[in-house]
Amino acid sequence: MRTLDALIVESPVFRGLEQEELELIAGCGQNVVFAAGERLFREGERADTFFLVRHGLVALDQAVPNRADVTVETVGPGEIVGWSWLLEPYRWHFTGRAVELVRAVKFDGACLRKKCEEDPALGYDLLTRFAQVLVNRLQATRLQLMDVYGNSER
Amino acid sequence: MTPLPYRVVGKRRENHDNWTLELEPVADAIEPIGPGQFDMLYVFGVGEVPISTSGDVERTGTTLVHTIRAVGAVTNALCAARPGDVLGVRGPFGNRWPIEAAHSKDLLIVAGGVGLAPLRPAFYHALAHRQEYGEVTLLYGGRTPEDLLFRRELERWRARLDANVAVTVDAATTEWHGRVGVVTKLLPGARFDPDDTVAFVCGPEIMMRLTALPLADAGIPANRIYLSMERTMRCGVGLCGHCQCGPTLVCRDGPVYSWEYLEPLMGVPQL
Repeated sequence: MRTLDALIVESPVFRGLEQEELELIAGCGQNVVFAAGERLFREGERADTFFLVRHGLVALDQAVPNRADVTVETVGPGEIVGWSWLLEPYRWHFTGRAVELVRAVKFDGACLRKKCEEDPALGYDLLTRFAQVLVNRLQATRLQLMDVYGNSER
Repeated sequence: MTPLPYRVVGKRRENHDNWTLELEPVADAIEPIGPGQFDMLYVFGVGEVPISTSGDVERTGTTLVHTIRAVGAVTNALCAARPGDVLGVRGPFGNRWPIEAAHSKDLLIVAGGVGLAPLRPAFYHALAHRQEYGEVTLLYGGRTPEDLLFRRELERWRARLDANVAVTVDAATTEWHGRVGVVTKLLPGARFDPDDTVAFVCGPEIMMRLTALPLADAGIPANRIYLSMERTMRCGVGLCGHCQCGPTLVCRDGPVYSWEYLEPLMGVPQL
């Protein structure tokens, strides 16, 4: 059976980290499993965790008054769910739902924040990596907002 | 270039604003059409529009298959045509997806919106000649689940063991159990060897640009990434100049171009 540090290094987010850093991050993580339809977290709740998806698909849902809930994005294997643990007020902006069976590594964000404060080099490295996740999400959201298929003949 | 009469022999609704028509020649047939090429479809008394073939051109013989989105006067009239109606057809025009150039390589097809229709003949070809290719992958992005083209066929393709098919939509309710996000999000999960891959991309221009860039970043040479361009066309034979794209005419020199050719042009405003 592989250790957590061996699992998380396969994700692009953690690729290239030193073994010592991987072990330090893995120390804040645990394997979790969600059945299809189960909620990983709910919009508005305190966000002290994040997830690395190992298997399956996680939907980020937004409740819209007087309408059906909307899935804003889905996140698949190798990707990270959650950045709200990094920044105040540490609240989930969406509800995370397992579309199918999901296997993930759940990280204790408060534990990791503490380790980052003690080791600013690690903190900077992690922040840079999560900034990349945020930038990718922002670019994808911009493209979604353009509604490129809406008015084109293609 | 007089249109030849073709009779509507089949009609299928693909989604709320797209229809597929099957046309058979009333008498003489046009030359066989290839994947990527288009015909000019003429509704008598209304007008003429260029529409790519969306059929399995190796199996349909003289029957033409075109998928049309109802967005204007002519396309609305085409989508309103009924079996038995007669339309005019000129063609085929333009160049083809270089499917033979992809033999022995991985084939990566990326489609956005109704851009799947011009790519479907290339995918049919790849499935029919499966042994000629390495990995065969289709990545398809749509606006919503209701806007997806060829839904039942996509489900059949996804069930195949010899092709990789992934679908995503830009927006969905929680009833949708597939992926949500832009089509480029599917690229990291696609299986292909960049050194030995040919990519075909078709969709809105911005989608094609934002797909070609990461494909090139992944290492696929620019001269092996192909995009199908769309411009207003009138004559279809390179005489009127309406479909100019840089120094070329899309109807005559395209619609399929390499990213090597298009990349500098796509940065030109109002091109």
